[in-house]
Amino acid sequence: MQYAHDPALLLARFQFAFTVGVHIIFPAFSIGLAAYLAVLEGLWLKTGRPVFLDLYRYWIKVFSIVFGMGVVSGLVMSYEFGTNWSIFSKKAGPITGVLLSYEVMTAFFLEAGFLGVMLFGMNKVGRKLHFAATCCVSVGTLISMTWILSSNSWMQTPRGYTIDPATGRFMPADWLAIIFNPSFPFRLVHMGLAAFLSVAFIVGATGAWHMLRARKEGKAASEPVRVMFSMAMWMAAVVAPLQILAGDAHGLNTLKYQPVKIAAMEGDWVSEDHAPELLFGIPNMKTEHTDYAIRLPLAGSLILTHSLNGKVPGMKDFPRDQRPPSYVIFFSFRIMVALGMLMMLVGLWSLWLRRNRTLFTNPVFHRVALCMAPAGFLALLCGWITTEVGRQPWTVYGLLRTSDSVSPVALSSMAFSMTAFVVVYVLVFGSGMGILVRMLGRAPQEGEHDTPPDHAPDILAARMHPGVIDPSTGKGA
Amino acid sequence: MMDFAYWLPIVWAVILVAAISIYVVLDGFDLGIGMLFALERHPDRRDVMVNTIAPVWDGNETWMVLGGAVLYGVFPGAYSTLLPAFYLPIVLMLLALIFRGVAFEFRVMTRGTGREGMWNAGFMAGSAIAAFCQGAILGGVVQGIKVVDGAFAGGPLDWLTPFSVLCGLSVMCGYALLGATWLIWRTTGVLEESCRRWAARLAVGLFIGIVAVSLWTPLLHAPYLRRWTDWPNIAFVAPVPVLVVVLAMLFVMGLRRGHSKGPFLCALGWFFLCLSGLGITVWPYAVPPGLTLWDVSSPPSSQFFQLIGTAILLPIILTYTIYSYHVFRGKVTETDGYH
Repeated sequence: MQYAHDPALLLARFQFAFTVGVHIIFPAFSIGLAAYLAVLEGLWLKTGRPVFLDLYRYWIKVFSIVFGMGVVSGLVMSYEFGTNWSIFSKKAGPITGVLLSYEVMTAFFLEAGFLGVMLFGMNKVGRKLHFAATCCVSVGTLISMTWILSSNSWMQTPRGYTIDPATGRFMPADWLAIIFNPSFPFRLVHMGLAAFLSVAFIVGATGAWHMLRARKEGKAASEPVRVMFSMAMWMAAVVAPLQILAGDAHGLNTLKYQPVKIAAMEGDWVSEDHAPELLFGIPNMKTEHTDYAIRLPLAGSLILTHSLNGKVPGMKDFPRDQRPPSYVIFFSFRIMVALGMLMMLVGLWSLWLRRNRTLFTNPVFHRVALCMAPAGFLALLCGWITTEVGRQPWTVYGLLRTSDSVSPVALSSMAFSMTAFVVVYVLVFGSGMGILVRMLGRAPQEGEHDTPPDHAPDILAARMHPGVIDPSTGKGA
Repeated sequence: MMDFAYWLPIVWAVILVAAISIYVVLDGFDLGIGMLFALERHPDRRDVMVNTIAPVWDGNETWMVLGGAVLYGVFPGAYSTLLPAFYLPIVLMLLALIFRGVAFEFRVMTRGTGREGMWNAGFMAGSAIAAFCQGAILGGVVQGIKVVDGAFAGGPLDWLTPFSVLCGLSVMCGYALLGATWLIWRTTGVLEESCRRWAARLAVGLFIGIVAVSLWTPLLHAPYLRRWTDWPNIAFVAPVPVLVVVLAMLFVMGLRRGHSKGPFLCALGWFFLCLSGLGITVWPYAVPPGLTLWDVSSPPSSQFFQLIGTAILLPIILTYTIYSYHVFRGKVTETDGYH
């Protein structure tokens, strides 16, 4: 790749990848958790069972932290397009900027406007209105995902534009074609399921941890713990297999519109039918060969075309300067798929245990569920790396090169900001993770909703009380 | 179509200035409260200060995201020249806002551990640095940037001049004043009394800042001076400085007589006048001194499509924002909110 030697461009790319990689965790977490909270509050209103309110109160504390981190890391993103990718934003702004504005107006305000009521307003607005606020926040997270993925998908499969010959700008011609571009529906479903699955495994691991602790102390797990674990495992059992189907469909879509990305993901160099699937290998961009390859005969054609003799693309079909770095996405793709399979196995295992009525008593399964806590988010990040690195060397696929998109910012400024972002993100989001882990290390209490009214006018009052942090765990963290 | 291409950028300039104004006053008092942490050391009263804004700060900061997104979609030429030009202060501001934003939760979550002090400091310093950077960026825009072929062509520290530093300090002072007057309105007792004292001093500081910036700005570029001194312009713009003085008198009266809302409204009025004054000064430039609104606009098809959505959505947003403020209205005391 001819631009790989420009250090300012590399830094701009690293910085964007780093900041968006950290950011993406939080909105995904918010999407899944807001929906979970809406379900919990709905169930509580419908059944009146206090366990659902306990769980709501337990998880909303987590939500407030996660959402806050999502807001501040997202603010960075909305300016980074201009600071780091000014040529891209100037040329594509008439399309991507408008989509981003719609995201702000339809989603961010909705979320932020009702978050206050959701966090602090239970005793001020009444139960039903409060539930409505929770639903608004949840819907807001979903709308936000829809717009940003539409914009992102447009960069992958641009449609509905013309190019102004004088300025090289992308001019919108058909907004429906822009928004509903060919890869958008697949990406939306795949990402949405990923968000739900990621949160399911966090909730499941939290439940598993508290069941293991209770077992160690010789007690039975409390009802909120069992309910959250059971709900999470249902999600895993249902969503993980669906996600594999969605991923397969997304892959077929990519094969159709971005065949060289598929070739790079698979480490395939020569187009062939009856293609094998590479289980392992190290793609070498210079020698145009995948070293140390372990091949599974015919599986490549079967997976990509659903037939044994289907033709799959190879990177040599495309000019060298249009190939994405296979040595990155070959691995990120495989890690994602492996984690997806593991998550499905855990889901199926939970069904088996449920049938035998040992879901809440099998410590081996609980340990596995605990270890799987980051599985969803890791898979999500690997998938994100696969699709974004796989878009290279373009920002707008096939039309605008990454090397032609970067801002005229001095290398020294770029180096300063890269350092500052890493230091601040490690400090802030590292602390945030620490706080989250400590919060989740505290078991949900039965009667978590029962705080004395004079002391706690709001649903969340307890979280702000000094006593919220268990001194025994608080000191150690 | 020609008319469209002429009028749409003007409509959008008005909307953008409105969005920036809303951001400045809303997040202004949030950031001001952060800075006032330097003066208020009592932990309970600090909690009250935070509690007055905890339910609304997310929404307030969203106006800033909107400002960025609208600039990106509607005036991409400005977005793509201003942001690289102010690369360092923008990065610094974003990092400061990160500290400020997470500190709302973290300072309480770490209560009783050694880290609480760090997050209180982060809340305070984050607010102060963000306020300074915003003022410096604004001043930097007014003093202009070097543009060649529609792209920023200057150095990384071009923005840093005595004028932009003066603007940064004035905005810090102004935000702190907004914060203090907001707390006069929303709190009681010792805290309210302290805020009245602070507000009086901060108002003096801001007034000096306004006068200094106002006298300095016309000297930056000849067209700025003509905008304010040529006939008939002067007849239209003269009310701005007059109103600044009128508001100053109202402010002093409100503070002396113990009004709760008055001082805050006067501070809002000042900000509104200052932003109007800046708008009048730089009009019709989006990136002074070279690029006009029309130079930096996206095509009418983009601006029109976005305008439809904005016309529908903005009133809805304002409605539920007001509703949210309404839910949390009234004086906040030490037993409320977080506690």
